[in-house]
Amino acid sequence: MECILLIDFGSTYTKVTVVDRNNQRIVCSSKTRTTVETDIMLGYGKALAKVQAQMADAEYEVIDCLVCSSAAGGLRMVASGLVKQLTAEAARLVCLGSGAKMMGVFSQKLTSGDVTRIEALNPDIILLSGGTDGGNNECIIHNAKKVSGAIGHIPYVAAGNKNASDDLEAIFEENGVYYKTTDNVMPELNQIQIEPARDAIRKIFMEKIIEAKGLGEVKEKLSKEIIPTPMAVLRAAELLAGGTDRHKGWGPLLVIDIGGATTDVHSACDGYPTRPGAVMKGLVEPFLKRTVEGDLGMRVSAESLKESVGLMTLNELSGEPYEYIEERCSMLSGNIDMLADTEKEVSFDESLAAAAVKVAVDRHAGKIESVYTPLGTLFYQTGKDLSSVDTIIGTGGVLVHSKNPARILEHSLLEEAKSEWLRPTKSKFMVDGSYMLSAAGLLAERYPELSFKLMNDYLKEAGRNEDEPQERKMV
Amino acid sequence: MNAVLVMGVIGADCHSVGNKILDHAFSEAGFKVVNIGVLSSQEDFINAAIETGADAMLVSSLYGHGEMDCRGLKDKCVESGIEDILLYVGGNLVVGKQDWEDVKRRFFEMGFDRVYPPGTHPDTAIDDLTRDLRLNIVLKGGRTDGVYSAY
Ligand code: B12
Repeated sequence: MECILLIDFGSTYTKVTVVDRNNQRIVCSSKTRTTVETDIMLGYGKALAKVQAQMADAEYEVIDCLVCSSAAGGLRMVASGLVKQLTAEAARLVCLGSGAKMMGVFSQKLTSGDVTRIEALNPDIILLSGGTDGGNNECIIHNAKKVSGAIGHIPYVAAGNKNASDDLEAIFEENGVYYKTTDNVMPELNQIQIEPARDAIRKIFMEKIIEAKGLGEVKEKLSKEIIPTPMAVLRAAELLAGGTDRHKGWGPLLVIDIGGATTDVHSACDGYPTRPGAVMKGLVEPFLKRTVEGDLGMRVSAESLKESVGLMTLNELSGEPYEYIEERCSMLSGNIDMLADTEKEVSFDESLAAAAVKVAVDRHAGKIESVYTPLGTLFYQTGKDLSSVDTIIGTGGVLVHSKNPARILEHSLLEEAKSEWLRPTKSKFMVDGSYMLSAAGLLAERYPELSFKLMNDYLKEAGRNEDEPQERKMV
Repeated sequence: MNAVLVMGVIGADCHSVGNKILDHAFSEAGFKVVNIGVLSSQEDFINAAIETGADAMLVSSLYGHGEMDCRGLKDKCVESGIEDILLYVGGNLVVGKQDWEDVKRRFFEMGFDRVYPPGTHPDTAIDDLTRDLRLNIVLKGGRTDGVYSAY
């Protein structure tokens, strides 16, 4: 048996998945606590021993090993641009699309106060942008001088007006910082360009960040290439939506990941206007888009979730009185390992998840704004129209363990009353019950057919609870 | 590098034919045209001008509400740090037959540098722009990185 080893160093768990390449199936998987505080290889060793024990009788050879990581805080970034809705927003989307966690987004010229704040945020990488090609170059040059003059230990990616790049290189050299200059995140007005900056970020992640986070040995012993886990999930979403050379993809889709600290939403779709009379405004958002909501989560962020969605909404969703909601949310934030035991607790967890889904999808989706003019009402669309989405895939403990995950995921759909958000209108719901999306994403580049087949077999339609993988028709 | 122009049709105005013709004429004349198209708000014009480092803004209004749509644009430019940008406006700026000198005065008072009556040929504005950009260099120090070498 030819096996591929897929390893995900998560913030809490280290997961090892073994895939049988020829029979195209998951052989087994295991997870143990991530041990980044001591030695990351310890936890990995335990997880590996577990799968080895399960495979004791099999004859196998490991032909490849692929690794992703969100251990030790993941990839934490700060982005800066010129106009808030233009290059600063493009830079933010690029960071998120690279699998980063946004610590801060700055626009216009950075002040000394901004630099102090960036220093306090202590990101892993700083992305500088500003100006279209041939456009404004003052801002990015000012910002590069200001921030790299003050903060020398953080690597920089500069992806702004190409006319500024000579000046920027000179500034970075003079200040002796580690940097990469690359193509503009917004070469032409409103056109976002993700790939070059994303590649630069991924390279710095491997060259610098991995070591700094105590994963040096992983790189040495397991795999030269390590990507941030969210980037793996994005690759999975992209492959699933687009398909392979031999198989047609699932089409426009959404992946929603409800975690303890954040709720992540990934969309793989065009998002062009479908509402009659809607006119596109501003930045054209990318086909593959990721957003992360740091205030919406099941445990650490339960309290902030309550603040964001409000007691009234949680009361409507759960039927619990305000006092219970207050108490339970504060308890959950303080006890991140807390499990929901009673039926009431489980049901409350699911209400929190429903609220997280609702708000996270609102923030991810585009918006229609009505403008009243002398000629009647006009409709301006900003962001992506998700109404073409017809598959929504949920992942994260609360969904995986739920008896009725579709009921949670339903909250991503459009409600008539609040129609300015361009959410999906109707959709099939799937659940990643075997936590395989990041593993499939790791396979996506080198083994696309295998990755696609595994996702087809192991993602299950929500609501059902079979043990056998549910076969999907392959087209 | 050529001078950068942001052009578009302001407000709820969707007359697109003249906008396409102007885009073509100014591009042919050697300008880098950033066309934000019809139905553009004052903020759209300003944001585009900031990112692209534009030297001039060409505002069109065809449907008769130009005065209302253009009011305050100059103030917002000043507020946004692009007070030196040249502001041109043209099209069918007002409703009906009004005294042109009076219309022009009102738009000058709003802060526009050039105001064009209906039916103005693009060449007129191209000549004016070439002259005004040179003047801008002399009077305001403008850019000196070879931007205007084409003129
Ligand atoms: C075609 C047309 C339409 C089409 C537009 C289709 C489209 N996608 O463009 C439709 C049917 C949609 C339409 C709708 C309306 N229209 Co109409 N339309 C016209 C029409 C017949 C031709 C416009 C045109 O394309 N001209 C050809 C182009 C090349 O010329 P231009 O647009 O004037 O642009 C040139 C110059 O003005 C100049 N220029 C323009 N901007 C600038 C800027 C600068 C800086 C410079 C230097 C030069 C410059 O250069 C351009 C190129 O040479 C005109 C009448 C006319 N003959 O002009 C009415 C006209 C513009 N419309 C008019 C009106 C009232 C309307 C409506 C309000 C009608 C209604 N009640 O619904 C709506 C408004 C809709 C909206 N939201 O904008 C009026 C405007 C009245 C006014 N300003 O006083 C006009 C003048 C008709 C009239 N005589 O009453 N219209």
